[in-house]
Amino acid sequence: MNIAITLTVNGVVRQAEVPGRRLLSDCLRHDLGLTGTHVGCEHGVCGCCTVLLDGEPVRSCLTFAVTVDGHDITTVEGLAAPGGAMSPVQRAFAECHGLQCGFCTPGFLCTVTALLRDNPAPSEEEVLEGISGNLCRCTGYQNIVKSVHRAAEIMAEES
Amino acid sequence: MTTKLFGEPVRRREDPRLLTGQGRYLDDLGGDALAAAFVRSPHAHARIRDIDVSAAIDVDGLVAIYTWEDLPALLAQPLPLLIPHPALTHGRTAHPLARDLVRHVGEPVVMVVARDRYLAEDACALIRVDYEILKPVVGVEEAAQSAQLVHGDVPGNVGAHLVQEVPSAAGLGAREAIETAPHTLAFRLDIERSASMPLEGRGVYARWDADDRSLRVYTSTQTSTSVRMAIAAKLGLPLPKVEVIAPDVGGGFGVKIVHPWPEEVLVPWAAILLDREVKWAEDRREHFVSSAHERAQVQSVRVGFDDDGRVLGLEVNILHDHGAYTPYGIIVPIITSTQLLGPYKIGAYRVEFSSIYTNTVQVTPYRGAGRPQAVFCMERTMDHIAAHLGADRTAVREVNFIRPDEFPYDQGLIFQDGRPLIYDSGDYPESLRMLKELIGWDSFPEAKAQAAAEGRRIGIGIGCYVEGTGVGPYEGGHVQITSDGRVHVSTGLTSQGQGHETVFAQIAAAELGVPLERVSVVTGDTRRFGYAVGTFASRAAVMSGNAIALACRKVREKALRIAADALEAAPGDLEIVDGEVRVLGAPGSSIPLATVAVLSNPLRYAFDEEAARATQFAGTSAFDRPPVEEGQEPGLEGRDYYSPLRSTFASGMHAAIVETDPLTAEIRILRYAVVHDCGNLINPMIVEGQIHGGVAQGVGGALYERMVYDEHGQLLNASFMDFLMPYATEIPRVETAHLQTPSPLNPLGIKGAGEAGVIPVSAVIASAIEDAEGIGIDRMPISPSDLFDLRRASTGRSTSET
Repeated sequence: MNIAITLTVNGVVRQAEVPGRRLLSDCLRHDLGLTGTHVGCEHGVCGCCTVLLDGEPVRSCLTFAVTVDGHDITTVEGLAAPGGAMSPVQRAFAECHGLQCGFCTPGFLCTVTALLRDNPAPSEEEVLEGISGNLCRCTGYQNIVKSVHRAAEIMAEES
Repeated sequence: MTTKLFGEPVRRREDPRLLTGQGRYLDDLGGDALAAAFVRSPHAHARIRDIDVSAAIDVDGLVAIYTWEDLPALLAQPLPLLIPHPALTHGRTAHPLARDLVRHVGEPVVMVVARDRYLAEDACALIRVDYEILKPVVGVEEAAQSAQLVHGDVPGNVGAHLVQEVPSAAGLGAREAIETAPHTLAFRLDIERSASMPLEGRGVYARWDADDRSLRVYTSTQTSTSVRMAIAAKLGLPLPKVEVIAPDVGGGFGVKIVHPWPEEVLVPWAAILLDREVKWAEDRREHFVSSAHERAQVQSVRVGFDDDGRVLGLEVNILHDHGAYTPYGIIVPIITSTQLLGPYKIGAYRVEFSSIYTNTVQVTPYRGAGRPQAVFCMERTMDHIAAHLGADRTAVREVNFIRPDEFPYDQGLIFQDGRPLIYDSGDYPESLRMLKELIGWDSFPEAKAQAAAEGRRIGIGIGCYVEGTGVGPYEGGHVQITSDGRVHVSTGLTSQGQGHETVFAQIAAAELGVPLERVSVVTGDTRRFGYAVGTFASRAAVMSGNAIALACRKVREKALRIAADALEAAPGDLEIVDGEVRVLGAPGSSIPLATVAVLSNPLRYAFDEEAARATQFAGTSAFDRPPVEEGQEPGLEGRDYYSPLRSTFASGMHAAIVETDPLTAEIRILRYAVVHDCGNLINPMIVEGQIHGGVAQGVGGALYERMVYDEHGQLLNASFMDFLMPYATEIPRVETAHLQTPSPLNPLGIKGAGEAGVIPVSAVIASAIEDAEGIGIDRMPISPSDLFDLRRASTGRSTSET
């Protein structure tokens, strides 16, 4: 039996009819066509599927879509400005070569967006701690860490 | 002006799409496709007595269930053995779906197709397979001695056995050289299994066009051209009716070079049979138990050396665990055997390996591909020699180095490409000098003493490697300049995050003299380029980079010839700058490449104003020559191939400083330094990124990652909860320095860089821990528990003098 749910995704009200067991990651990707959110392990460890639920990072692969009925979701597709200009975090990742294959990147971008909102000038330790729930197999993290610091700089410059 | 592009840290052109959620990975495609799921063996070794699907057929949304018995003749055969070798006397490959026997946990037995993946898995759960459980063979040493056989017709579980021997300059065999050497050591080394573990698993999506009788397959692969040929062969389709595309691929690291995977032939077959789009995306557990692992080897080493530590003879016996099947042949142990020699002149060398079947997931190349094991062996050997002589570890290495004036240097072996192992260029003493300076090797004893005074244990380690990169047989490139001035580049090999769209565009823009923005690059799409080998062995930049450069040179020559006619100048007096052909020294006299492209294609029909210049009454063609001259083709495009005589050999040296906790045995890497030589750099930013990522995988392999099989052949840690891949908190900042000794073998003077970072890390960390602890480290990975146990058991070094 399908259940009708209403989500506000990237500022747009979206409706879907999903079975109770439908994962939020699958709902976003397959029901709503937002394939930017990736699924790397389906057991909540890799962090690829991280989205912002009412502003907070969550694992969409460990969340049933029906449990977030009525809530606000931001995915990687919603991080850029409405006109399409990339956010400071996105720009910093491009500038610092913070991605290679790009599969884990949407999860990092969502995580870092929330991190820098809460802590606009994180220390090295705070950055490492902040991204320590996301796996990347390509970059060795060094340029991701650099990207986070650079994003903080860009945000400070532009604020 | 065209800026200098080759060698610049140009930002990646892939990134805007990947940063905004607009990448298209396999499972992002085919939203309406049916979903496939597989029933996989829960047993490591069993006979299938019966498969009962009756409970599954009522599942809502079920479309089809297939077992081996349903497969047509060609598909019912075992999958191809991709790389035959005379020493692989007992090569065996799996059937796409198990026939009678399963030989590892995770082997596919039944394919289910349903409306979506949830429903397909519902059906899988209801299918009952009756197994007669057989005794499994687990562990390479156990398998080598076991009466129990993985394949009934493979005696001793030995798939391959190969001996390679190079005598000393004086004609001594390795054994004789060791016997007669002033010093002799013997020891044993163990390396455990790890895996490529890309964050995107494998996946296949097939679209059959029944009207056109053609098949389009998307697959998350490192070789779309070869998958295409395999599908055409297995499904009995004409090759031109099959196209294979690697979309954005979420990491490969080796595992996706294997093909065709069972799913790569089964999913297209089902799509044709059902006349519906069908897709399968691997989940993480499937990736652990049904793709491939690497690394596991047991090595027995004997070495003879003189008072300076000069190696006079080296003998290595390797037991290599290749799992249940050998689709990729014996490439991994061949690479271990040959790359073991590193940057050294070894007096006499004998290497022997047995490649052994076990009831575990098959072993195929993972980034480094046998080299991490090789370097572990050789560098542990160097450290053993240094310890024995009481010499500095770098001094022992130095005395064995091939000198810069000795290139090309023939190691006397046959490499993985079937060609002689001849090093093309390098400067190992300079690398070592740079590394010692970067890490502060000579001042470390003071730091160590200082730390000891504070009750801290720190140690320094080193590891050197030489990596054969850019193996043949060939790659190709196609370059087309269209009448809008855009440059379209394609090559057949695929991309998994290496930034090929950027570096190949840099090469093309630099060769053609056009702005980077005008160049677009397509890889891994057989519709654009049908001939290729694939992306592996750090070969993409060397192979396709040079092929694209050669293709660009053809196009450039043609452009200059056409422009010379139009400008009434000699081709030699022309240059291309910023997309314009100009007469040297006459700035006003020029013609845009866009116009040259128009003129290159004599037209009857004008489709726009620009095209009108090339039409038959435009007065541009001479009456005494045909519009397309003999030996010429219309269009401003060119295709060329690069096929090297042999591989080009990159090299590097790493050093690390580690701290071990005296109480908890926790191991922390305080500093990590890399000197890297991959010849000319196309994009230093991307090369650095490759090194960082490689080192991180190396650290995983040295300290965290292992595949834990129990005696029943169950993989106990088949999840990211239990298989410990490092997070940002585990990876040190990598300090890098570049040496550039160009390869004399290829036009661009480049060498591969993709795998380098991972290769020496286990050796380096072992060396550093050994230095910190004074305990011999002879197996990898090493966890705090392992170190704790070693401390308790420690009675000094694990070396026996013979």
